[in-house]
Amino acid sequence: MAKITLDSLAHSYLNDPQSPEDFALQELNHDWVDGEAYALLGPSGCGKSTLLNIISGLLIPSHGRVLFDGKDVTHLPTADRNIAQVFQFPVVYDTMTVRENLAFPLRNRKLPQSEIADRVIRVARMIDMEGVLDRRASGLTADAKQKISLGRGMVRDDVNALLFDEPLTVIDPHMKWELRTQLKKLHHDFGHTMIYVTHDQTEALTFADKVVVMYDGRVVQIGTPDELFERPAHTFVGYFIGSPGMNLFDAQIDGTKARIAGTQFDLGTGYALKGGKTKIGVRPEFIRLGHHGLPARVTRVEDVGRHKIVRLDLGGQEMSAIVGEGAAVPDGGTHVQFVEGGVNVYEDDWRVSPERGDAPVAAKTEAA
Amino acid sequence: MKTDNQKAWFLVLPVLILVAFSAVIPLMTVVNYSVQDTFGNNQFFWAGLAWFEDMLGSERMWNALGRQIVFSGIILAIEVPLGIFVALNMPKKGFWASFCLVLMSLPLLIPWNVVGTIWQIFGRVDIGLLGYTLDSLGIDYNYTQGFYAAWATVITMDVWHWTSLVALLAYAGLQSIPDAYYQAAKIDQASRWAVFRYIELPKMRGVLTIAILLRFMDSFKIYTEPFVLTGGGPGNATTFLSIDLVKMALGQFDLGPAAAFSLMYFLVIMVISYVFYIVMTNLDKEEGGK
Repeated sequence: MAKITLDSLAHSYLNDPQSPEDFALQELNHDWVDGEAYALLGPSGCGKSTLLNIISGLLIPSHGRVLFDGKDVTHLPTADRNIAQVFQFPVVYDTMTVRENLAFPLRNRKLPQSEIADRVIRVARMIDMEGVLDRRASGLTADAKQKISLGRGMVRDDVNALLFDEPLTVIDPHMKWELRTQLKKLHHDFGHTMIYVTHDQTEALTFADKVVVMYDGRVVQIGTPDELFERPAHTFVGYFIGSPGMNLFDAQIDGTKARIAGTQFDLGTGYALKGGKTKIGVRPEFIRLGHHGLPARVTRVEDVGRHKIVRLDLGGQEMSAIVGEGAAVPDGGTHVQFVEGGVNVYEDDWRVSPERGDAPVAAKTEAA
Repeated sequence: MKTDNQKAWFLVLPVLILVAFSAVIPLMTVVNYSVQDTFGNNQFFWAGLAWFEDMLGSERMWNALGRQIVFSGIILAIEVPLGIFVALNMPKKGFWASFCLVLMSLPLLIPWNVVGTIWQIFGRVDIGLLGYTLDSLGIDYNYTQGFYAAWATVITMDVWHWTSLVALLAYAGLQSIPDAYYQAAKIDQASRWAVFRYIELPKMRGVLTIAILLRFMDSFKIYTEPFVLTGGGPGNATTFLSIDLVKMALGQFDLGPAAAFSLMYFLVIMVISYVFYIVMTNLDKEEGGK
């Protein structure tokens, strides 16, 4: 296992990139701490697979370096990096049994037979497949095949990192939970460095210690699930994470006062702004309906079972609020208030920290 | 609910008539000939199974069958590995991939008798490029006289004509393998041979079954190319089953024996193809099931 360092890493598929738009991956410096589980989260085409392929060595970056434990591996081929990768579609060797599949990477590395047998048994126990060791791999279900490809990586003791490229895409929904839980347990028990690429926020937030959110070839935030939820560093993170995503209002900010759609309210603290386009972001969970605050109009109510999503119109800007399942939702006119600490201020899409420091969020939902 | 509606029969009638006229009736005529004897004047006499017994005891037929089996065996042994080798070395995408595909398809587009004619001229010692070159090099090559020269030419011709088919099918099989397999193999440090043995070959299996079946059936029925090239000679050296059959049926006008012969010929191809198919699909099942 190893610490993976990305040093001024950037990649362009073009020969002579000029502007930032030419880069599939914008310049990035980051340490992947040894033994942590990371999720790389972002929409399709945001560069997350590019980044993963650079780490695994399937792609040589056009700029910058990749280091494993301080050793430069930028130009080292995949086979010599000692990493394991689980792909979107299960890769198993069809003509081999499960046992032969698990032994394959070790046999290619010319380990002694007895040691191979030992390790295969051990890894089969880890992935819970001892019972099917002598079955042909081609007849197994997709989730079992994914476990085999994971096992082929873990069978090597010295593996530097386990990489996952949207590994649950072809897995049945009821198996997804189970596999993800098993992955988490494996990580907890054996402490491999894991990097997990996905576009599914639930997968990312439940799997990872740290989530790396990517957007348009750029890493926009690296943080724990809580940080991403409460303090999205970029409006994209606010919008992409959460269901529904964060409400963003065009706002004018003057000292400690903010004005949304003609109504002024107090922010409680000042912000060091540089004169860019300002927005206020509030998660639907941190909005209260009542008789005080900003006047809004209810346009639609969606009952999703656990709670209700109320769609409102706030002086021409659409917004959503989450209220408890039993809460009464007024028809038409109402007022909205923001929970203390649940307000984030953005300037040109990037978050600006309040001068007084972040206040803790008072409470999530009324229902919770 | 069940309704008695016989109208459906009228809907399949056209197909029945078509199949009857194109396959069943001609085949039955052959069956009819095979159990009768004729001395001309359209007079036929019942002969029972005599022709079949005759043919089964005929050395001529067994010899032709033997040559046929050897021929099909040799061309399969050359064309299948060669086709796979060519497919593995073809470019995966871009201009050269299309170029190679067109190049590979060319031999397949040439009619059989033209192929025969091309090689007949190509191999001639007096004016043919191949024949003249070999002759000048001091090699004793004359496909109209030498046994080995005739066989070598017929086999080379078939390989030239049909390896493309195997290569194209194998190429299609290779193209359908997702990149992830190759990447996983790299991570597992698999050798080039292991990639072929455990990824490419298993994935090509389906198309290779089809390729082998097609090449077997086609080569077992080969007629035009050797007929144009050698006419079955020298002697009977390249007289394969079809050539022998035509000699018997049209040359000697022995309708009865030729009919019996062709029925047995038909059965042999069908049985071998059937057995081959069953074996291949059973292997597949074993692999998938357990």
